[in-house]
Amino acid sequence: MRTISRVAVSVFRESVRDRVPYNLVLFAVLLISSSYLLGQLTAGQDIKIIKDLGLSATSVFGLFIAIFIGIGLVSKEVERRSIYALLAKPVSRPQFIAGKYSGLVLTLAVNVAVMTVAMYCVLGYMTWMETPEFKASWDAPGVDPALLKAILLIFVQLMLVTAVALFFSTFSTPLLSAALTLGLYIVGQFNADLRNFDQVVESRTAVWLARAVYHVVPDLSAFDVKMQVVHGLPVSNSYVALTTLYGMFYIGALLVAATFIFARRDFK
Amino acid sequence: MKRGQPAAVVAVAAICFAAALGVQMLRDARYPRGVQQTAGLLYLRSGEAIKRLSLEFEPLAADAYWIRAIQHYGGERLAQGRPRNYDLLYPLLDLTTSLDPYFSIAYRFGAIFLSEQYPGGPGRPDLAIALLEKGIQAQPTKWQYYHDIGFVHYWHMRDFRTAADWFQRAANQPGAPNWLQPLVPAMLNAGGDRASARLLWGNLLQGDQEWLRRTAARRLRQLDALDAIDQLQQIVSRFPPSPGERYSWELLIRRRVLRGIPVDPAGAPFQIDPSTGLVDVAPDSELQPMPREADHKRQ
Repeated sequence: MRTISRVAVSVFRESVRDRVPYNLVLFAVLLISSSYLLGQLTAGQDIKIIKDLGLSATSVFGLFIAIFIGIGLVSKEVERRSIYALLAKPVSRPQFIAGKYSGLVLTLAVNVAVMTVAMYCVLGYMTWMETPEFKASWDAPGVDPALLKAILLIFVQLMLVTAVALFFSTFSTPLLSAALTLGLYIVGQFNADLRNFDQVVESRTAVWLARAVYHVVPDLSAFDVKMQVVHGLPVSNSYVALTTLYGMFYIGALLVAATFIFARRDFK
Repeated sequence: MKRGQPAAVVAVAAICFAAALGVQMLRDARYPRGVQQTAGLLYLRSGEAIKRLSLEFEPLAADAYWIRAIQHYGGERLAQGRPRNYDLLYPLLDLTTSLDPYFSIAYRFGAIFLSEQYPGGPGRPDLAIALLEKGIQAQPTKWQYYHDIGFVHYWHMRDFRTAADWFQRAANQPGAPNWLQPLVPAMLNAGGDRASARLLWGNLLQGDQEWLRRTAARRLRQLDALDAIDQLQQIVSRFPPSPGERYSWELLIRRRVLRGIPVDPAGAPFQIDPSTGLVDVAPDSELQPMPREADHKRQ
């Protein structure tokens, strides 16, 4: 465990040294803050738009971090040949994979936390500034704890995308890994359509094939409850728990597969 | 880099930037690019296609189309010296609500402004109803949508029976306010009178949306103006001009019938036709366009 945490901390430090998360966080904070100005154009819908913008920014910036750092986690070590020095130390390959993954998840957690705090600050300011009559027109309270459900699922989705990027990173080049991860992310957004394929085609084989793909490809659209929380529609705790559990199992499967591939790689 | 070089580099960069800025301003002055150059375009009209392209960011795309709908409506309504064109209002609101089916304000905004008579709006109550019915599909228990359809039937289509039916449906929804039920007999008994109109707009004046309250307040001022026109018309009929004279406020003031030129609730003087004596709201009054007089029977 100590070895994993050391690798994780080194990944986190490296990402901090790269300054990529800093820039993204700064950009996200600026975006969320400037959303207040955007809200002035929207005929009373500023709080909704600030929530939409805040949640979307959290998701999209996290996605960039997950993909563009995730794809280099293993392949960069191989390209720089630093993998030899690392594996010569008392670090097993599974520990290496687990540590790399945990480090990037830590980076993402810090990013998501900063973005969440920034968004709540803007929302708190807006709520404080508005009159009670105006607040009565909102679908949900300004500083709504239910937003945390959407943020939690965004974070689990980012963890899953990181696991996908790491998985591809164990056997592919960074460019190909980025393309494959991004492709899987996009397919994952449409995955729910495959479940209802029987409504579009008659062939039973095609339907079963689509159903199989539905179960194999990560169901990323399930993690998106942004619209519901922004409109104050109920999102049950059991739905959040089940979706989180689904994400955790899927991540587990990807990490095991990544470890398996990485363990069999010959670096001679 | 030698000493003093960084400052020189910064200075050159600043000069280049300032020059670019100057050229940009010069170009904009010589070749003005109006808002209309791009505002009239809508590249994608299929809500389903945009939904797919937006991935998980449909609410944000909906917000973008909502802002565009507001700007389009506001821009056209305030347009001077050219015919107003509201062609994009419905497609923009349709796209907004396809991307975010719970965006209730987009449905309600559409109900009010799509039905508005030209030049205040496109004068398309049918599209307003279509948009609200789409809202009912997304949220079948939202009483506001049923109420708004009833309102469009009442105010713009003058179909009081259908309006009463929709108000009844609104009253049947869970959480509907208790002022909805009395609207049903009011519609069926005397739908077209100004008292019913006052009742409806008065309820909207208590609404939760600022723009809805502003619209309701304006409509109530229009109804007040119609009442004032009725009273003034009676006065004008009672004191006709002598042969050779023409109808005018000055004449009535000289005869001490009026103390001054009467003004409408927006503060603009009423106009009087010199030959017929017909009183009306001035064309430049903020209350224009007025509802058609035949639509609102006297109390």
